[in-house]
Amino acid sequence: MSTWPLLSLVTFLPLVGALFILTARGEEAVVAQGARYVALWTSLVTFVLSLFIWFGFERGTAEFQFVERLEWLPSLGIAYHMGVDGISMPFVLLSTLLTPLCILASWDSVQRRVKEYMIAFLVLETFMVGMFCALDFVAFYIFFEGVLIPMFLIIGVWGGARRVYAAFKFFLYTLAGSVLMLLAMLALYFIGGTTDIPTLIYEVEVPRSAQIWLWLAFFVAFAVKVPMWPVHTWLPDAHVEAPTAGSVILAGVLLKMGAYGFLRFSVPMLPEASAYFTPLIFTLSVVAIVYTSLVALVQSDMKKLIAYSSVAHMGYVTAGIFTANQQGVEGAIFQMLSHGIVSAALFLCVGVVYDRLHTREIDRYGGLARNMPRYAFVFMVFMLASVGLPGTSGFIGEFLVIVGSFQVSTWLGLLVASGLVLGASYMLLLYRRIIFGSITREDVRQMFDMNWKEKLVFAPLVVLAVFFGIYPMPVLDVMSASVENLIANYQLALGEQPAPNLLAQLLPR
Amino acid sequence: MSIGADIVAALPEIFLALTAILLLMLGAFTREFSARAATVLAVAAIGLAALLVYLGGSRGETAFNGLFVNDAFGDFMKLLILIGAGLSIAMALRVVEQSPMAHFEYPVLLLFATLGMLMMISANDLISLYMGLELQSLALYVVTAIRRDSLRSSEAGLKYFVLGSLASGMLLYGLSMVYGFTGTTSFATLAEIFVAQEGMPSIGLIVGLVFVAAGLAFKISAVPFHMWTPDVYEGAPTAVTAFLAAAPKVAAMALLVRVLMGPFAELAAQWQQIVVFIALASMILGSVAAVVQHNIKRLMAYSSIGHVGFALVGLAAGTEEGVRGVAVYMAIYLFMTIGTFAVILAMQVRGQAVEAIEDLAGLSKTHPMMALAMAIMMFSMAGIPPLAGFFAKFYVFMAAIEAGLYTLSVIGVLASVVAAFYYLRIIKVMYFDELKQSLDQPIPREITGVLWISTIIITLFVLIPGPIVEGAVTAAETFVVAAR
Repeated sequence: MSTWPLLSLVTFLPLVGALFILTARGEEAVVAQGARYVALWTSLVTFVLSLFIWFGFERGTAEFQFVERLEWLPSLGIAYHMGVDGISMPFVLLSTLLTPLCILASWDSVQRRVKEYMIAFLVLETFMVGMFCALDFVAFYIFFEGVLIPMFLIIGVWGGARRVYAAFKFFLYTLAGSVLMLLAMLALYFIGGTTDIPTLIYEVEVPRSAQIWLWLAFFVAFAVKVPMWPVHTWLPDAHVEAPTAGSVILAGVLLKMGAYGFLRFSVPMLPEASAYFTPLIFTLSVVAIVYTSLVALVQSDMKKLIAYSSVAHMGYVTAGIFTANQQGVEGAIFQMLSHGIVSAALFLCVGVVYDRLHTREIDRYGGLARNMPRYAFVFMVFMLASVGLPGTSGFIGEFLVIVGSFQVSTWLGLLVASGLVLGASYMLLLYRRIIFGSITREDVRQMFDMNWKEKLVFAPLVVLAVFFGIYPMPVLDVMSASVENLIANYQLALGEQPAPNLLAQLLPR
Repeated sequence: MSIGADIVAALPEIFLALTAILLLMLGAFTREFSARAATVLAVAAIGLAALLVYLGGSRGETAFNGLFVNDAFGDFMKLLILIGAGLSIAMALRVVEQSPMAHFEYPVLLLFATLGMLMMISANDLISLYMGLELQSLALYVVTAIRRDSLRSSEAGLKYFVLGSLASGMLLYGLSMVYGFTGTTSFATLAEIFVAQEGMPSIGLIVGLVFVAAGLAFKISAVPFHMWTPDVYEGAPTAVTAFLAAAPKVAAMALLVRVLMGPFAELAAQWQQIVVFIALASMILGSVAAVVQHNIKRLMAYSSIGHVGFALVGLAAGTEEGVRGVAVYMAIYLFMTIGTFAVILAMQVRGQAVEAIEDLAGLSKTHPMMALAMAIMMFSMAGIPPLAGFFAKFYVFMAAIEAGLYTLSVIGVLASVVAAFYYLRIIKVMYFDELKQSLDQPIPREITGVLWISTIIITLFVLIPGPIVEGAVTAAETFVVAAR
């Protein structure tokens, strides 16, 4: 397999599927059903192919692997350069895993314009995977921005009542952030003479005065995407109005793009500015954790509550990245992956009841444990994983980030840890109001438990959330070499001694 | 140089001129010469002229005693203009035929306009510049008002004529000042004089330069000389607007580049301020004013003002990279504009052309492929990758950043976010809104064809950037050679 352009295959196979669906003609119902199957099979094959990346990936090295390189804009020295390291590879799998689940989850709930819907999702998958694989800045930017097109349509066409507002807000917020990144990228091109990401990381030293401005431009782009407080306001709107599968991808993968940007660009390329702005990041992260948790506490809309909890959880991630120690960064990445699974699953959980009752009002439900016991169980697993109960994947990420934060400062550790308590309060409250109590409404009583398709969607997510909670080593192994390398370079650039690797002592290998 | 070599150098222009005159004769002297036949022949002539330009391949030679120059920059821009003119005339074939403007003069006038554009691009002298420009402008004034029975069309034509003459007057005044202070009209001699003056020109020359820049800014409809654009775009028959938006814009921009980067290259410090200002003003006004428009042609007018602003960002850099950026931008702009106007031309309900943005509501249900193509054009105009419009902006901002124009770039990209709003609004109308009235006319084949061509070019540019980019690189090199 090693001679195959595996990354390009995984990236562009969904696009081939999309083109295939686009050419379909015929009776609407037949085309719709065909589109569903083509999309499902394409995304499943893509997932299987991406498993080859997972198993073929050589652990213990920070090198970029599965590298492909093609001349693209030779007059500018810009190439189509793809490759993954321990930081980006897990996200490729996360994207390829969530896409078929999304398609399956939309099987019955999307009945309008199925053909276009499936095309949008497959195109979206291409952009997501491509973004994590791209090793050239221009290619990265194209994938990073390209995501906006299908997502805009997904929210706008298949969304809820205020879908137009939400779609525009999502699009314009993100665009405003990323155009500044484009300028920073061009400036970096003239400083370093290349847009090749590995070269920029390892060989180019950016002057300090330029670093500050470039960092700020990157910061705007990534902070909107993460989203960090106070530029998070597009997220609740987008989540509430997006169809279930749209929310899943939004929470599962798109939110990770900003944090990935920090890891790939800000920290390694602009280390001095990153160190300079670390207090800013910590402040915003803590505000995000505390403030949005409190906001989540008073929400009456399920999706909005989970959306705010996402902002809080991403606060852990940004704090963890900028602790710049092994625990913090690994914790941040693990938290991203875990959040990708857990929040995606939570949105799917909302989707299950929304499909039956067509409302997201928390007060309209209650007592679901009586007539939907299986659903109650699944919801419980993810609720607890979101809270960070030991034994679930959420725990590992949050715990590592807190350990990392304590090394930086006790106060930071304390404030970050307060999110655990707040998180538990709003999630438990949500769970109690929806699942427990007695059934008071007739329509709620008539809701039936999950069907086999829904079970099929949740099964892999439950397994992963629990498995990685008990045994996180497969993921940590993949990323540890790359993270060590990232931190070592960062410390080197700042002229410090690399910190001792405490993680090795914490977790037995 | 012998007269034979002169003719070879200007072969495409001479060919077009002869064809136009021949068509005019045919129309005047044969009774059954229809508009359709004239249009088909005109498009064929433009195609042949494009082939002549492509095969010509002469580099940097002057002809007719230095009045006319034939170089890579000219070739690139001429090809763009011929493609733009050819496609926009061809796609309107049936629409024009069914309207009261189906006179054989219509394609003939467009041929003359095209000829004028080719001549002004190849101008190597202030006199030939003016001649080309006026040939183009006069022909366009007439076609704008070609629907004599329509008040709007006549009004647009009159407005265009009055304001256009004013601009021509300013330009001519500027040219005469330049001539007065240097004693020559030849680009080559002008360049030598400025080099000798070492960038310290007399105040009279600067005044002349400002007038020239103002006159040309009118032709590219850059702010603050843009007032005519929305009215003319809206009032002119759609077929004419489609033509106006594509080829003449490219030609005028090419002329501006030729003048500023050629003879006035030494005065870059002086004209750079002007270009930075009109670029900024155009980007901001084009983006903000379009937000409140309801008529799609009017919206396209403001959109074109904005695009001109973005292209000028490249020129503001005043470098070879800048010219490359402008060339790439204009090439991509051309295809985006033609694609968009193909859709606008197809907007007909019960035999009547409709022009409100709301008339596109629900297009994604009735005409899914056309809506998709239009959405691709809109995303591309907004500069969203991976579509070609992104690369257009990428190249100009690259030049601007390299030249250190950071403020201009930051304001520019932010203006592009504002502009994204109204492009998205069109997509919203097509995809999110419910169907009100369907476009019930069958879409003519030539419109579908042109739409396909431009959509494919805009979409696949990311994979195959070669032809346009390499052409632009060669085109930009012209000015480096000239500067030495």
